[in-house]
Amino acid sequence: MALPKYTETRYRIWHYIYLSICTFVFFFLIAPLFVIFPLSFNAEEFLVFSDGMKRLDPDAFSLRWYQDMIYGTKNPWGLAAKNSFIIAIFATLGSVLLGTVAALGLSSRYMPFKGIIMAALISPMIVPLIISGVAIFFFMAKVGLAATHTGIILAHIVLGTPFVVITVTATLSGFDHSVTRAAASLGSTPVNTFMKITLPLILPGVISGGLFAFVTSFDEVVVVLFLAGLDNTTIPVQMWTGLREQLSPTILAVATCLIILSTLILVTAELLRRRSERIRGINR
Amino acid sequence: MSSETKKILTTDGIPLEESLKKSERKNKIKAFLLVAPLLFFLLITYVFPIGEMLFRSIDDRMVSKMLPKTYVAMEKWDGKELPSEEVFEAFYLDYKILVENKTAGKLSTQLNYEKNGFKSVLKKLARKQKKFTEGNYKEQIMAVHKRWRDVDYWRAIKRRAPEYSYSKYLKGIDMYENEDGNIVQVSEDRRIHRILWTRTLEVAFFVTVFCFLMAYPIAYLLATLPMKYSNLLMICVLLPFWTSLLVRTASWMILLQQQGIVNDFFVFTGLVADDNRPEMMYNKTGTYVAMTQILLPFMVLPLYSVMKTISPSLMRAGKSLGGTPFVTFFKIYFPLTIPGIGAGCLLVFILAIGYYITPALVGGASGTLISNQIAFHMKSTLDWSFASAMGLMLLAGVLAVYWVYNKLVGIDNIKLG
Repeated sequence: MALPKYTETRYRIWHYIYLSICTFVFFFLIAPLFVIFPLSFNAEEFLVFSDGMKRLDPDAFSLRWYQDMIYGTKNPWGLAAKNSFIIAIFATLGSVLLGTVAALGLSSRYMPFKGIIMAALISPMIVPLIISGVAIFFFMAKVGLAATHTGIILAHIVLGTPFVVITVTATLSGFDHSVTRAAASLGSTPVNTFMKITLPLILPGVISGGLFAFVTSFDEVVVVLFLAGLDNTTIPVQMWTGLREQLSPTILAVATCLIILSTLILVTAELLRRRSERIRGINR
Repeated sequence: MSSETKKILTTDGIPLEESLKKSERKNKIKAFLLVAPLLFFLLITYVFPIGEMLFRSIDDRMVSKMLPKTYVAMEKWDGKELPSEEVFEAFYLDYKILVENKTAGKLSTQLNYEKNGFKSVLKKLARKQKKFTEGNYKEQIMAVHKRWRDVDYWRAIKRRAPEYSYSKYLKGIDMYENEDGNIVQVSEDRRIHRILWTRTLEVAFFVTVFCFLMAYPIAYLLATLPMKYSNLLMICVLLPFWTSLLVRTASWMILLQQQGIVNDFFVFTGLVADDNRPEMMYNKTGTYVAMTQILLPFMVLPLYSVMKTISPSLMRAGKSLGGTPFVTFFKIYFPLTIPGIGAGCLLVFILAIGYYITPALVGGASGTLISNQIAFHMKSTLDWSFASAMGLMLLAGVLAVYWVYNKLVGIDNIKLG
């Protein structure tokens, strides 16, 4: 934002103050993530930058915490990662299926009580997780699904669907319904129309909703803490235990991996958003 | 001419109006059937369990189930003087069964909630009653401990007679029903819950304010910069948004620890002495800093999406009419962003009020919130009905804000990413 030449000095000064405030906020947002990176390569056991690291001494850096993460004795991360991925993948599939179908209904102009139903479907996103956790725990304990993968997956479907509903209804709001009518007039069955016409057009929205659902499940800890037994531990639960007991650099190695994963998801989500905007742009 | 002949008919001979209604009804059912699977799934796994929490929070049948004979006998007792022999005998018989079934501990826990001191006298009674002789139980029980001669303890048992009670809700706001049936406050040194409620509101409020103050400038910058720069800066907002909550909390734990980088920086700049490093974690400061950073993207995104729709020509028009930059900003730009401010503030407030993980990790004793108390009762004291009551009180507050949000912003206007 270059200032025009005629700007008065006081506004010029104000402008630079403003820019430095913005810099500070951006720094505040992003910098904490980058602290983890170098510290996870620390050769020592402490969570501070050693003198060697400050001098950039190669001996002060090591991969020992990554080794510990993968090969460490009695380490919980392998099981936790496996559980996390299984739970997140199934929860995502469930959320996407239920959420997309519901969004199709919600976007129909014939849908009765649209406002109330939408508010109800979104509520798991708004209700504090601790309350959802308590309620779902009572339910799962009653039906005998506490401390099972199925129970956690069902719970995460509850928490993940609002995101799918939101993103898919948003995509459908720009959807030109005349194309489905055109398909119907050409003799296509509703299912065929959905698979061949509607789904490809709303796919970016569906996938980005799925990404939200995946991240929600992958990152969720409160509900899992209530539901999980020893066999169902997930990465966030292990991190939670680790952070409560003692901060070991192994956690930082795990955290670094998670940051890389979230960067990949972010890039995918951004590409999808742009593609979705482009597709909708063509429709207009 | 009668009006009937005027009606337009379809080719099948049915009036058009009717036919249209029929097809609309069909469409309505079709739309509803699409929503139905998710709706039923949520009803079963989510809405009913929350309803069950409500039931659990007022359900008070535990004691009345354990002491059935006593409560029948107590019906005639007026509660003024010590109960009759009949009540003592019923209590002796009920308690004997409990001791034999090894469930007496539950009763003493429950009665101890009602009045302190029950635990020890019940234990003593369990030991002594083995040697009781038949008849005259009143004398025998009263001889075990002087508290059995105190009418307050019998009143405490009687208070647990109703099958449903709202006592857990009263406990949640540090009140209770005393011996005379009046609702009074607990003694001043035991009013812990009210402190937690005010602290939760205070933290949620200030986190919202901090988020707003930090998000507004950068949302404005993102909305006014050319696309290629703003996309790059947007990553700074979106990357934390997509990163695991625990990762972000862990990084704050590293930054804020006493030998951490923030403290190092303060020492380096000479703000604090090396041997006098301030405690920034395990207190409210830690909660504020970490929660603000974690919730900041939820404020930036709604603000950004509103600011994006404001045409820059409005500001130029304001300036060309002689307004100074400050005047044009506050008279033109700021009022137009109010929908975004409302959306962002309500969203952050709702999320902050139920926060659990971050306060539990960086909050210490003085930075924990109401959610932590609920988790504590769920996991440690196992007083699930109290946890349910507290949860529902919190839920009522959140739903009120959610309702306002829905009225002001419209739930379908939530923007993600």
